[in-house]
Amino acid sequence: MFLQTLITGLSIGGIYALMAVGYSLVFSVLNFSNFAHGAVIMLGAYVGFALATKFSLGFGLVLAGSIAGAGIIAVLNERLAYSSLRRRKAPSLYLMISAMGCAVFLENMVYATIGSRFYAFPEFFGRQVISLGGSSISLLDVGAFLFALTAILGLHLFISRTRTGIAIRAGVSDMTMCSLMGVDLDRLIAIVFLLAGGFAGVAGVFLGIKYLVYPTMGWVTNKAYIAAVIGGLGSLPGALAGGLILGVVETFVSTYVSSVLRDVFSFTLLIAFLVLRPNGLLGRDGEEKV
Amino acid sequence: MDYILSIVILAGINMIAVLGLSIFTGFTGLFSLGHAAFVAVGAYTSAILTYYYYVPYFLALAAGAAAAGAVSLVIGVPTLRAKLRSDYFAIAILGFGEALRVLLENLEITNGARGLPGIDDFTTLPIVIACLAGGVFIARNFLRSRWGVACIAIREDPIAAETAGVRLFRTRLLSLVVSAVFCGLSGGLLAHFLSFIQPQMFTLIQSTQLLAAVIAGGMGSISGPLIASFVFIALPEALRVAQMWRLVAYGLLLVLIMVYRPQGLMGYSEITTFFRRSSGRDGGRRS
Repeated sequence: MFLQTLITGLSIGGIYALMAVGYSLVFSVLNFSNFAHGAVIMLGAYVGFALATKFSLGFGLVLAGSIAGAGIIAVLNERLAYSSLRRRKAPSLYLMISAMGCAVFLENMVYATIGSRFYAFPEFFGRQVISLGGSSISLLDVGAFLFALTAILGLHLFISRTRTGIAIRAGVSDMTMCSLMGVDLDRLIAIVFLLAGGFAGVAGVFLGIKYLVYPTMGWVTNKAYIAAVIGGLGSLPGALAGGLILGVVETFVSTYVSSVLRDVFSFTLLIAFLVLRPNGLLGRDGEEKV
Repeated sequence: MDYILSIVILAGINMIAVLGLSIFTGFTGLFSLGHAAFVAVGAYTSAILTYYYYVPYFLALAAGAAAAGAVSLVIGVPTLRAKLRSDYFAIAILGFGEALRVLLENLEITNGARGLPGIDDFTTLPIVIACLAGGVFIARNFLRSRWGVACIAIREDPIAAETAGVRLFRTRLLSLVVSAVFCGLSGGLLAHFLSFIQPQMFTLIQSTQLLAAVIAGGMGSISGPLIASFVFIALPEALRVAQMWRLVAYGLLLVLIMVYRPQGLMGYSEITTFFRRSSGRDGGRRS
């Protein structure tokens, strides 16, 4: 029972981490909370679902298509809704409201055009389970967890080793300086959103397979936001750690205390972290304190 | 006729909540994605009082407003004292709103997610208009008082305001409590108009609609958000647009306003300034 809860928690935590990484990436560069991230995840899931049912593609192609689709949507989202605000250096709050608007717009656009039906992905993995120490663990859970880990490790290597990665890190510490050194900011931010969108696509497909595909599924990103805050907004290792911690703690609360109180618990955790440790476990120091 | 009357009443009730949020967001400069929670507290408190305890209507309304103000302290004291970044604060209050809704869905006295049916429908148009007029009067006087001026100073520049001796925490908290009281009143009126409430009516969507009205109407204006809120309620009803298309439009509107006209419809001015300007008296003074 304990082991099973732990594994379930880790697999949910892996998906939270995938979502939180995208959130954190955008936050670290543009310094605002991208509420539209949840909507991009949802659209990624729909893209994946369409590919899986209409064209009956295999899991790999579905995942690739969803990554590409969500990535492009995220870049378009930035171009249309954020870029002009960013160029005239509007307060981050304006960006946040704009993002909120995007989330509401995209979500209800899906409602209005595709409908509120719940769709289930075809079963890619069947219901295979592994027995381990008296508890049965679904293959999907293990796969999601390992995939999330690998993807985040890959992103970490990309950011720390490549030229573009260095440019992103330079942009994180000082945008103006970065552009003075000859970095094309528009291109840089497009890459950041492409990466964030790609991760959103992965998260969308895994969420869709694990649960279902529906217009408000992006609301789960509230959890990703909590995970990002716990780990420290803007920090990639933090997003991973925060996601896993939140996933495990939540699963334990719902198993051993009460499933109803799970969300109350998570939001209380969020507020506690924001108040007591706004930079999270691994975050860098925030400067704005008013 | 009944149909039109009910739209006008609903719009009026919504305008009271928007009025409250406009004090907090438009004049104090803090964003809230959780003010629907205060509407919920007002609605449930007043409804439970009249439903189970036969408390007189007006007393229940006042209790609902007071309860919303008290609940706002629970979230306001820790977060505002910590001087969270403005967007962190918005997230914290969003989390608070969601957590509160989950609690309402699971309490015995609120009848859970099924909601409370059969609340007496005491709310009538004259009552709503009286509340709205009283609300506008109080809001206007509050904003012209020392506290209100301090709020506006914080919106313009928190650091400068603090240097000039404005106490950030106390002023922001006061602004939050005042706005929550307005929202609580609006909730009480709503419960006794619809005679049915359920937690699902007070979600993030509701908070977004309130915020959309304030932003579209104009930050730093009382009349702007009120007009926007009335238009937001009345226009979709008149055009018979389905709820989801309404929300599509809200979302689009938020983005367009931020991109093209961040100061909103009325941006820092009141409807009365235009009349003053045209009559040549006190031309263009910003209130």
